[in-house]
Amino acid sequence: MSNLNTNLDRRSFLKVSALAGGGMMLSFSWLAGCKPSTKEELLAMPKEWFELNNYIKIGENGAVTLYSPNPEFGSNVKTSMPMILAEELDTDWKNVFVEQADFYPERFDRQFTGGSQGIRQGWKPLRTAGATARAMLVAAAAQTWNVPASEITTSAGILEHKGSGKKAHYGEVASLAATLEVPEEVQLKDVNTFTIIGNSKRNVDGQKIVTGKPLFGIDHKVEGMKYAAIVHPPAFGMKLKSFDKSSVSGMPGVLDVFPINVFKEDYDRNFFDTTTFPEILAIVGNSTWEVMQAKKSLAVEWENAPETSFSMAGFGGRPSTQVKVPAGLENTVAHKARMAEYIQKNGTVVRRDGNPEEGFKKAAKVIERTYTVPFLAHNTMEPVNCFADVKGDKAVIYGPTQAPDFIRNTIASSLGMPKENVQINLARMGGGFGIRAYSHHMVEAALISQKIQAPVKMVYSREDDMTYGIYRPTYSATYRAALDENNNLLAFHVKAGGIPESPLHANRFPAGAIDNYLAESWDIPSNITIGAFRAPRSNFIAGAEQSFLDELAEAMGKDPIEFRLELLKRAETNPVGENNDYVPKRYASVLELVRDKSNWNSPQANVSRGVSAYFCHNSYVAEVVDTVIKDNQPVVEAVYAAVDCGIVVNPDAARNMGEGAIVDGLGNAFFGEMAFENGAPTKTNFDKYRMIRHKEAPKKIEVHFVDNGEDPTGLGEPLFPPVFAALANSLYKATGKRYYEQPFAPQLEMQNLKM
Amino acid sequence: MALYNLNINGKTQQVDVDPNTPMLWVLRDHLDLVGTKFGCGIAQCGACTIHMDGNAMRSCQLPVSSVGDSKITTIEGLSESGDHPVQQAWMEHDVPQCGYCQAGQIMSAAALLAQNPNPSDTDIDNAMNGNLCRCGTYTRIKAAIKTASQNL
Repeated sequence: MSNLNTNLDRRSFLKVSALAGGGMMLSFSWLAGCKPSTKEELLAMPKEWFELNNYIKIGENGAVTLYSPNPEFGSNVKTSMPMILAEELDTDWKNVFVEQADFYPERFDRQFTGGSQGIRQGWKPLRTAGATARAMLVAAAAQTWNVPASEITTSAGILEHKGSGKKAHYGEVASLAATLEVPEEVQLKDVNTFTIIGNSKRNVDGQKIVTGKPLFGIDHKVEGMKYAAIVHPPAFGMKLKSFDKSSVSGMPGVLDVFPINVFKEDYDRNFFDTTTFPEILAIVGNSTWEVMQAKKSLAVEWENAPETSFSMAGFGGRPSTQVKVPAGLENTVAHKARMAEYIQKNGTVVRRDGNPEEGFKKAAKVIERTYTVPFLAHNTMEPVNCFADVKGDKAVIYGPTQAPDFIRNTIASSLGMPKENVQINLARMGGGFGIRAYSHHMVEAALISQKIQAPVKMVYSREDDMTYGIYRPTYSATYRAALDENNNLLAFHVKAGGIPESPLHANRFPAGAIDNYLAESWDIPSNITIGAFRAPRSNFIAGAEQSFLDELAEAMGKDPIEFRLELLKRAETNPVGENNDYVPKRYASVLELVRDKSNWNSPQANVSRGVSAYFCHNSYVAEVVDTVIKDNQPVVEAVYAAVDCGIVVNPDAARNMGEGAIVDGLGNAFFGEMAFENGAPTKTNFDKYRMIRHKEAPKKIEVHFVDNGEDPTGLGEPLFPPVFAALANSLYKATGKRYYEQPFAPQLEMQNLKM
Repeated sequence: MALYNLNINGKTQQVDVDPNTPMLWVLRDHLDLVGTKFGCGIAQCGACTIHMDGNAMRSCQLPVSSVGDSKITTIEGLSESGDHPVQQAWMEHDVPQCGYCQAGQIMSAAALLAQNPNPSDTDIDNAMNGNLCRCGTYTRIKAAIKTASQNL
């Protein structure tokens, strides 16, 4: 067991008096809470709840309500985070109700979903909250029974004093416990004694999802609510010139059309205030269908936008930067030509070890390869939408967001009210993948509601959603390796860039494992907006690096796993340089595990295998992809993943997340691509934007976890980046061709394979 | 606008809407049956799948005027208490991640199994290929359909 000083996290446990938005706080009653499904008999609803801290309420009958703080976009935090609370509270999971907390920063730590940090950064605060509540229940029992607290044990929601034979469930002492002082220090469980963490629990929203209950922002409705559609410029580099309201007035159900501006003049943007089109048109009416019909008839004129610039805050307290948005209508052909130019130029040196130039001069052989990927659209299944009800100087917002803390500032500024008056309630999100950290839609809905003085639900069409930007950038990386006559690696060089950002992680593997190493970076400005997309930058650079290492291993006559393990051994025993951003031993452990689980050393006839490994979001993943060519078609037969993300809270859900990341990676590797002509996205819906479907999913996926008892690290993202190279390396074995450019499907089709 | 008497989940429901209004929006905006989801509006993603006389249909491309006396079933009416074998199998395999596409997936799967109680892998792929899942739960969906097939 470990002692944890609660002072660090005391803020979360302090009772908070009703704030300006107090009447709305935690507005979803426990009746709407989610009972984990089980066939065992469940406790009835209690008559009264006693709040032990901001995360935990206990009923007089022993039922427990746990607030899940973070927004849920499908990564299972709504189940897994309460499991951590329940573990340290030492309660019985079957008596737990889980409620989604509203955004309430005075009560909850870090209500942010992104960077695969939910469980990692929630680990200590949630354990502490659970343990603190347990300690207060123990103290209440000690006071009631007049025995020392140290002699009381707990198990599954039952307190027991063996000496006196006294026993009680938590509900019996909850009213007293709720009045006690929060202890200064609490004891956390030994991880080896966990009974809930590590034992799979089903999704607490599962029953609601499979029966179609309202859960998502788009499902929300209140009395008197109006519906809104939006019209945004058709291309990057364009803006609104004029519109003719009379073109739609008189259409059935259409009430009003007006422009809205997301930002007030001179507003200093938050880090996540990326907005492609700050000015858009809103069409308000009586139903979604009617306003969407009006969209098609609305007469609008657009014009070219001038170059603009604005100040934007850095992430995590880093200084603000001035962001320049160039004018012009960009296109993919020109992007590719410009990137090809930059590949030839010197970049900015980000890291240099030893004397790489000398290594290349002495080389008997140099291998040089360039990898390129296109922009990608996130394409969450739930299109952008938001409910807003702005009345006087108060606003209630309900909708999908990964980053309520950021967007609340923007909403408050744009509405002209203190941020405490803006209540954001967190809807379950129909996917996120990064893009819902950029929540300008909440500002848009709020401005529409403020203008019409009524509650409103704004819904983007799929076309609006796919073409509003905030894409994964296009990237390119050139790798070079110098080999001597005996195929020893003399030097290694990576030069990587993109539009409009570089993907380089210069201090990651194989930095630290190679004496002479050079990393350069470049970037090209653009008016096409970008944003976090599942494992930003890693989702490209891993594929490039791990494809190159595969080719290098082949040139050196080495097994690709063995080659990586040799490099990792070097990085472990005698690391080169400083600031190496990985632990070689943990990296090696996932390669060893995947080698074992995939039977790497006993390959099957006619099955082509590729391997890849990567470290990001504090976790290590190695993957093996097996493909076969069946009826002239590449088919992914199996994928094996080995993951080191420390302690796994909810193993089956964690495997599900891993399976999904692998399918996501395969889909984007084969098909993912957004392109531009005259500033306009060339794909606007799923008829043109090809996504992976049932038929292309692997026949089998195995996700294995390293069992090392380390504190949890990221999971939602780390399984995604390695897929690209594991697939490319596998396809190489199957077709004899290396794949340097994503998506792969067009190249496979050029080899007369069916895709 | 026109009046329609629709047979939805075993009950007659009256709506007064434009004849071109897709069933998707009749269900969601007018009848508060929001389990049927809007995904693409062009019958490419399957999130809006419902049953019309037992057949899986994309409700975003189904004008209310074309429904007539047909029996419409939505996810809310698939079973009385969420215990249709497909729903149970979905729970057992803990299929959903974000969950947004799953009602459509379940409706497609239920229609498949009603017509073909023992589908092969290829049958499943063919019947389900119109339903996108951005979270990538395809392998679990297939496993759940096989479980449901055994429990019909």
